[in-house]
Amino acid sequence: MTAYLTRRVGQALAVVVGVMILTFILIHMEPGSAARSILGFRATAARVAIFNNTYGLNEPLYKQFGTYLDQLVHGNFGISYYYQQPVSSLIAQRLPKDIVLVGLSTVLALLIAIPLGIYQAVDRNRISDNLLTGATFTLYAMPTFFVALLLIGLLAVQTHVFPPVAPQNQTVGGMLADPRALVLPVVTLALVTLAGYSRYMRSSVIDTLAQDYLRVVRAKGLPERLVLSRHVLRNSILPVITVVGLSVPNIVGGAVITEDIFNYQGMGQLYYGAAVQHDFPILLGATFIVGIATVVGNLAADIAYGILDPRIRHAGG
Amino acid sequence: MPAAEITRAAPDAAAPEAGEVAVRGSGRLILSSFARNWQARIGIGLVLLIVAFCFLGPVLYRTNQVTVNLNIHDLAPGGGHPLGTDDTGYDVLGRLMLGGQSSLELGFAVSVITTVVGTVYGAVAGLAGGIVDAIMMRVLDTFLAIPALVLLLVLVNIFSPNLIILIALISMLSWLSVARLVRGEVLSLRPRDFVLAARMMGSTRNRLLRRHLLPNAIGVIVVSATFTIADAILYLSTLSFLGLGLPPPHADWGTMLSNGLNDLFDGYWWLVYPPAVLLIITLIAFSLIGDAIRDSLDVRLQRRLPVRTCAWWRRTGRPWRGRKP
Repeated sequence: MTAYLTRRVGQALAVVVGVMILTFILIHMEPGSAARSILGFRATAARVAIFNNTYGLNEPLYKQFGTYLDQLVHGNFGISYYYQQPVSSLIAQRLPKDIVLVGLSTVLALLIAIPLGIYQAVDRNRISDNLLTGATFTLYAMPTFFVALLLIGLLAVQTHVFPPVAPQNQTVGGMLADPRALVLPVVTLALVTLAGYSRYMRSSVIDTLAQDYLRVVRAKGLPERLVLSRHVLRNSILPVITVVGLSVPNIVGGAVITEDIFNYQGMGQLYYGAAVQHDFPILLGATFIVGIATVVGNLAADIAYGILDPRIRHAGG
Repeated sequence: MPAAEITRAAPDAAAPEAGEVAVRGSGRLILSSFARNWQARIGIGLVLLIVAFCFLGPVLYRTNQVTVNLNIHDLAPGGGHPLGTDDTGYDVLGRLMLGGQSSLELGFAVSVITTVVGTVYGAVAGLAGGIVDAIMMRVLDTFLAIPALVLLLVLVNIFSPNLIILIALISMLSWLSVARLVRGEVLSLRPRDFVLAARMMGSTRNRLLRRHLLPNAIGVIVVSATFTIADAILYLSTLSFLGLGLPPPHADWGTMLSNGLNDLFDGYWWLVYPPAVLLIITLIAFSLIGDAIRDSLDVRLQRRLPVRTCAWWRRTGRPWRGRKP
């Protein structure tokens, strides 16, 4: 187990460093300069020069990267050009909001998708299954912005059931104090992710239902309800767990489109804004965090596998 | 818990008895089960209809899709314009056909590029093994660890968008999962008896790949290629929503839809629902086909691996296409 973990962490570090280098190269390839997008087009050459000097942007790229890594190792993410705030505090402010948004929507999607997948698998190839297949594919086929705007049109503009804007409170506690405003963004995200989960669940349950041990369990006289909830669910949920593990970076990276539409001030908005404004420290900091989350998510999925399925052990790597 | 004991007693992945002959036999089985599948029939029918609409439609129904005509903007359906006109005076029905062309072209092109590049990369990594494999996979992980949409945003800013550039950029994001999938498949096929036999008979790596490994992995590759078409079209529509899609006078369904949504609450329904319906139907059609192929493959799998198909699944992973942006 130790050897396995060491190897995984080593791989993870390599990936994170790779991500940083790639991001660094990419954002410096973007046309336009940070100074111009922050100071505006009418800024004088002298002010641009001062800006570049302040943030070390006139150094050669490899030196900038070295400086950045040095800061990073000391826990310093740099200061955002646009917000003029430390990137770490910006991320600390926004990350919990995305854990709320993406976390809640993932839970909601799973709560719907898992029973749906089981039901479809048990009833497979009957009319109800086919109808539900059609419905989930329709959800899958709808662009996120379309779902969001339809929901706003239906539930906010026409019937005034929910507000069309996410809670604007700066703290997570303040946001949770206004749960009605959270409904639409969370439901939007849940709807667009639900289809994937339920398809996985359906095929996984179909696979499980063909297993011999279920015959044993039924022969033992267990009621069908318990067969499903105890044996089928537990055995077929494994692939879904991988998929959830793979989507951990989304919690950190946020949901750009949903956040944009509902003006939800999470990481997605921060990220998107930074990409447009050449706000390098935010881009690099956020990418770093997402890279770490990706690696941690994969690792967590593997470990959850080992716990849920005793047949899989990573002994000795 | 009794469940754990019972499952532990179950043997892990059963040794497959399949040689090449059995696989070829199952090819026919897959085809016949695919042809009997309602999803496949509906999906293929819909795709044919939409392709005909987009590529034959403009021949029969000629409209001006190049010059702006503000005298006839936002006309309601009726008269000379069966689906009305949009805010710059383009005929919506004609524009749907034109937009469909670029959406479909993009989908197919991305799918082909992605499949070829991803298959080669994954197969090479899987077959090489060792340090080469490790390096190739870490490169892949690196790309996967950057959120797709952010990568796309930066890239679209670097290159000014046109259809070719967008195809290249969306392909750059989509080949990753195919590569991973093919590598997993190659890894799971490599220790099989028929591969060992081929090796012993002196097959070169190249021949091994072309004659033995890829034909056996073709199923998962085709499934992922189908879903890639749908995903690429969806990516394009998301980019269009952010204003980074194809610039006018080019059209695509995503741009039409997101432009139309600006006027959703003003009663211009013909600018919203026709592109939305076409987009959704197209994506459903490709998803149905992909799903049907996967089901047909399961027919083969259930025959080949009667005890634990889940083990195959764990090793290879189905094409997980990530969360929509």
